Amino acid sequence: MSDRARDPPPERTDFEELEDADDLFPEPAATEESGPASLTAEDISTNSNGPKQDSQFDEDPEDLFAEATEEVSLDSPERDVLLSDGPSPAITPITPPTSVITPCLGHDDMFTHSSFDEIEEEEGGDLFDMHIAVSDPEKVGDGMNAYMAYKVTTKTPMSMFKRGEFSVKRRFSDFLGLHSKLASKYLHIGYIVPPAPEKSIVGMTKVKVGKEDQSSNEFVEKRRSALERYLMRTVKHPVLRKDPDVMQFLESSDLPRAVNTQALSSAGLLRMVNKAADAVNKMTIKMNESDAWFEEKQQHFENLDVQLRKLHASVESLVCHRKELSVNTAQFAKSAAMLGNSEDHTALSRALSQLAEVEEKIDQLHQDQANADFYLFSELLGDYVRLITAVKGVFDHRMKTWQKWQDSQMLLQKKREAEAKLQFTNKPDKLQQAKDEIKEEIEELDAKVQQGERDFEQISKTIRKEVSRFEKERVKDFKTIIIKYLESLVQTQQQMIKYWEAFLPEARAIS
Amino acid sequence: MMQEGLDDGPDFLSEEERGVSALSSPPRAVNVDLQTDATLQVDISDALSERDKVKFTVHTKSTLPNFKQNEFSVVRQHEEFIWLHDSFVENEEYAGYIIPPAPPRPDFDASREKLQKLGEGEGSMTKEEFTKMKQELEAEYLAIFKKTVAMHEVFLCRVAAHPVLRKDLNFHVFLEYNQDLSVRGKNKKEKLEDFFKNVVKSADGVLVGGVKDVDDFFEHEKTFLLEYHNRVKDASAKCDRMIRSHKSASDDINRIASSLYTLGTQDSTDLCKFFLKVSELFEKTRKIEARVAADEDLKLADLLKYYLRESQAAKDLLYRRSRALVDYENANKALDKARAKNRDVLQAETSQQLSCHKFEKISESAKQELIDFKTRRVSAFRKNLVELAELELKHAKGNLQLLQSCVGILKGNT
Repeated sequence: MSDRARDPPPERTDFEELEDADDLFPEPAATEESGPASLTAEDISTNSNGPKQDSQFDEDPEDLFAEATEEVSLDSPERDVLLSDGPSPAITPITPPTSVITPCLGHDDMFTHSSFDEIEEEEGGDLFDMHIAVSDPEKVGDGMNAYMAYKVTTKTPMSMFKRGEFSVKRRFSDFLGLHSKLASKYLHIGYIVPPAPEKSIVGMTKVKVGKEDQSSNEFVEKRRSALERYLMRTVKHPVLRKDPDVMQFLESSDLPRAVNTQALSSAGLLRMVNKAADAVNKMTIKMNESDAWFEEKQQHFENLDVQLRKLHASVESLVCHRKELSVNTAQFAKSAAMLGNSEDHTALSRALSQLAEVEEKIDQLHQDQANADFYLFSELLGDYVRLITAVKGVFDHRMKTWQKWQDSQMLLQKKREAEAKLQFTNKPDKLQQAKDEIKEEIEELDAKVQQGERDFEQISKTIRKEVSRFEKERVKDFKTIIIKYLESLVQTQQQMIKYWEAFLPEARAIS
Repeated sequence: MMQEGLDDGPDFLSEEERGVSALSSPPRAVNVDLQTDATLQVDISDALSERDKVKFTVHTKSTLPNFKQNEFSVVRQHEEFIWLHDSFVENEEYAGYIIPPAPPRPDFDASREKLQKLGEGEGSMTKEEFTKMKQELEAEYLAIFKKTVAMHEVFLCRVAAHPVLRKDLNFHVFLEYNQDLSVRGKNKKEKLEDFFKNVVKSADGVLVGGVKDVDDFFEHEKTFLLEYHNRVKDASAKCDRMIRSHKSASDDINRIASSLYTLGTQDSTDLCKFFLKVSELFEKTRKIEARVAADEDLKLADLLKYYLRESQAAKDLLYRRSRALVDYENANKALDKARAKNRDVLQAETSQQLSCHKFEKISESAKQELIDFKTRRVSAFRKNLVELAELELKHAKGNLQLLQSCVGILKGNT
């Protein structure tokens, strides 16, 4: 499989073909609603599973979203089946209790608004109806060699998989390995590859050491949820989901260990060095941006990045304070109970005990709300902050592609000048040989320059498509999840009302 | 009694200072259930907060003959309240009463610090954010201000409602003398003396508290008050912490609303309207959350704090009674000794009679005071718990309505 990862040529051939044909695909008509001029129905499907018409550039969002709403509010049958699976891990995580948060919290069902893609893919012939669940974290092994194994369950009606539903066991480094492969294959040609969840040496060490306390349970749950979202984002991508590495990851029971993902390894070190080198290079590339679209978009993502980070920080602070509030409310409840015990007026004593009970229930309410704050709102923002980093990376790759093209062009220029100079040398016997040599070099370079230009145009085209798709996803994600979050707030308030309504007559009964 | 003394007192100027514009809805003594008596009504009609002190305008309405007028006002500062309180405590005549607890010193330090920090951090936030936070802090400052006024007022009202204390000469001077009472705050030496007095008292308290009282009523009260006081202290501290967390969370929501607003104005997609709507929602719910915290503070935290102070005052009363008992028992022993030696018998007898009388007087009034204390306490808790529950419900319903309507709109629009 590692060969596959290092295999650029197939993509090149696709590009060459496109040059000649307008339509790569048997179905010419399809949804040709190309809004921006640069978008055409040519999908740069870079895999060998046959071209798929992923024409999702419908410029008519209104209708789609109207349908999407319906889908979101109804429970799709697949979801219900999955719900019964539920996260029932070997080590109990701190999953939000079902009383406050809608039961589907464990499964990030922000992706089940499938209608949007349904409509798009209908024409392509394949419905996007995949659902991936990551569940049952289990500790394997002991001591520092221990690791968590997660069950990855895929449900899909898509024909390219052998079965409609299947599970495999994967560990965290497997996910990182998958991302690493996808990144090396697709990032440099302009695809926004969803970033994998972050490593945490501290968090994992605690789990390895065997501390089965609340914080390590929370860590495992946080990671499980992040892995699930990561996979769902990856398979939502029309190109990535057909990648053989992805399919192998989801299906195959044997997966070669991805050792190069360890943070403290030579590969890790190399990655860090490369990152630093990249950063330096970026600063030195001064690109003549002929296309205002790119400049505008880059600025847009910069601004978005800043704002999302800020918002994320505020939400994290809110999570922290709400957890604190929950703890303090619990302590107050105990204290109020004690006070009620020592109060010698019977009716007041009873009322104080009731107050203590109410506060105890409210503290649980705060705890649940803090979880919703985190798993819905905070993680959404965190994911998008990381995604935008990936987007910025893709823009950087475009710059590098441009640079490469420019470099070849400069080299070609030099060679041409050298060729011209050759005319004036007076060594006639060597002249012909030199002339031939240089002619060959020039031909080579010319081809390179043309390739460079094509690459650049290709990556620019891909990025435009990717950004458009990304923005649509972003809008959908934010709307769905924030509405869900608001609904959690609604539930909390409803419970509050119930509790205080029960208490009021008790307070009035004091005489 | 006291009235005769008044004429010998300081020469009152006839010039009266009328209380100026009353505070918008002067906070009535919420923690104490007092009947306003037409013969003597006291309130704080106005207050002015200066750099490091607060000036309270104490307004009195009275039909009592001891006052030169029926209605008048004076300006008092916190130290003068403390002076009045201490004069009650030191007065042997009042040993048998629960002395209304002194109001706590006005403390704007925390609020001032926050305002200062805000000023320093002005550069790091947008103009809207700054204005918002400034308004927040100013509201907080105002709330603290209103609270301190209320607590000073409660003290005066308690005194005015007490059948004996209301006749106190110092109290009348406090109400009427329209110049500075020149009560310097206690200097270091006096503060040290107080400290030692308290140490002695608590040591004594342990000693005296260990003796089982003959009287069942007082025995029960002793046990009850010791435990109750400690638990109220704990509850008060925990309540404060809970409310602080609540305020912090509400501040976070404020920042979230601001960020969403910025995102809304910047975004080029469908999300901009969405974000703006959610930002608006959070602005409103945050205000409600802040109100919830403020109401919990008023109805619960303040209630607990007040009864912490009152239960301490009740404990002090019990202590004084115990001391009187000890004195009485000592006087008895002295009398026996004198009789045995047949020396200074008369003196010992007088002394014994005095201590007996003192002890019995204290016991009698203490009993009534403690019963009243219970009545007041139950009534105050009832009132505040009911109001707390009502307010929590009101706010939760308000919140719910905002949230539901917003969700409805957002769902409809998508």
